[in-house]
Amino acid sequence: MNLDIIHIIYLFGSVTFILGLKMLSNPKTARNGNILAAAGMVVAILGTIFLHEGEVNSLIYGLIFGAIGLGTVVGWLTAKRVQMTKMPELVSLFNGMGGACAALIGLVEFHHNLDSPTNIAIILAGMVIGSVSFSGSIIAWAKLNGSLKNAIRLPKYNILNTLILIGLFAYSAFIVWSGTHNETHLFGLFTAAILYGILFVIPIGGADMPVVISLLNSFTGLAAAFGGFLYGNQVMLTGGILVGSAGTLLTLVMCEAMNRPLFNVIFGAFGEGEAQQSSGDGSQGTVKEVGPSDLAVQMNYSNKILIVPGYGLAVAQAQHVIKELEQLLEDRGVEVAYAIHPVAGRMPGHMNVLLAESNVDYDKLKEMEDVNPEFSQTDLVLVVGANDVVNPAAKTDPTSPIFGMPILEVENAKHVVVNKRSMNAGYAGIQNELFFRDKTSMLFGDAKKVLTELVSELKALD
Amino acid sequence: MNEIIEFFTQNKDMIFIVVLMVFVGVEVIGKVPAVLHTPLMSGANAIHGVVVVGAIIVMLNSEPTNYVAMVLGFIAVFLGTLNVVGGFVVTDRMLEMFKKKK
Repeated sequence: MNLDIIHIIYLFGSVTFILGLKMLSNPKTARNGNILAAAGMVVAILGTIFLHEGEVNSLIYGLIFGAIGLGTVVGWLTAKRVQMTKMPELVSLFNGMGGACAALIGLVEFHHNLDSPTNIAIILAGMVIGSVSFSGSIIAWAKLNGSLKNAIRLPKYNILNTLILIGLFAYSAFIVWSGTHNETHLFGLFTAAILYGILFVIPIGGADMPVVISLLNSFTGLAAAFGGFLYGNQVMLTGGILVGSAGTLLTLVMCEAMNRPLFNVIFGAFGEGEAQQSSGDGSQGTVKEVGPSDLAVQMNYSNKILIVPGYGLAVAQAQHVIKELEQLLEDRGVEVAYAIHPVAGRMPGHMNVLLAESNVDYDKLKEMEDVNPEFSQTDLVLVVGANDVVNPAAKTDPTSPIFGMPILEVENAKHVVVNKRSMNAGYAGIQNELFFRDKTSMLFGDAKKVLTELVSELKALD
Repeated sequence: MNEIIEFFTQNKDMIFIVVLMVFVGVEVIGKVPAVLHTPLMSGANAIHGVVVVGAIIVMLNSEPTNYVAMVLGFIAVFLGTLNVVGGFVVTDRMLEMFKKKK
């Protein structure tokens, strides 16, 4: 009887995952969708524990609840305490944990399935994918939180990585066909998979990390699905495949927004761009600087201002100051809106989340296609910590590594003010010709600091 | 060839689920606005935490004297729970903000 109920519970779980994901793709229902999927998950987990067939030692129950309790407390506190700007790396970290979980399942189950080559193949596939997802996510996490700054490229890394990938397949095939019981091979494969995950992510630049995380996310889904296949467990299978396919599509959608084919992300087309960086610095003429007091006056007399937020805003935690600035300008009758590039920040939608945190109106966040025609009627564009997404080279210079990427056409506005910490190139590693134009002024400094000055200058105008 | 057909026949229900879920996954997030990409990725990240169910099964099927399975299983359940709980909570935090301003 127990067995029958667990299938109904798993069906319920699978339906909540599908509905939850569906609701997550609409702003109105998103939050409830997330809660629905979470509820389905709780039911599936409890059902698995309590409806298990056969005798189970109470010590094991104790350990399971201990692990769940510990994981809940740690996960909950980490997720609640993290700053909104640090969310992308946290998602990556959690993804890595899921991958590690799948890898560990494989390590344990290997011994229990030695007589079935099919099961061994499934176990190895889940373990390899889980391990790659784990080590890859940890590298992505380290890159996003800044502890691993530069893209490290071994000589001929593309060929090397491809060879390791082929090696992983060959090694797995060898273990399955030889029917070996030798643990050394299992751990050898495990180590190779971990190594591949590291080498796969480490050459990829920070700007492409969202795509990588999304891809690793779908990997972990796939690893979970292999687990489901092994146990004949429907909820793992549906949940895993659902995330695997939705994650892959999401990855492609993100690539499309950046106009970066997935192939280029993985095999690194920004390589040449970095060579230009060294020669491009400072050699394109002079830039005009503007101070907060002059800018305050200029803004005060504008009719329409568009703000283009970027990663610099997130790093400086300037989302609340910018809201204050918006409020002040509106009180003075200036029309203010935000132009959001789809990949501004460190993840698609990152800017929307940040600005939502400081209570910016949903209607004021304009997406690229809607806002581009508006720039020509705009008096002043304030670019805060964005660079590549406003680089006109993407439209005009076919040799540029970002050529073809859709950009915010800020150069059509009457005046452009760019806030940056320095003249360093953006993540794509290329110089921005926009900064040297006549209508462009630079406002150097940390976004939060200069915007705070700007706000007090505006207040002083009364 | 026979082996492949045999594998398919033995696992036909599973294979049907896999193929159909691929289409469901694509269909379900087909029209998501860019604004929601980050929460959606985060939500999907929490859902693949369902792998924790597998870790629980590992522990339930093991003998308490199998220390390797106990230790690895414990770590796996812990990490899987971290993925599930952290994933859903952080997604909820992101979405909470979207709701507040409406």
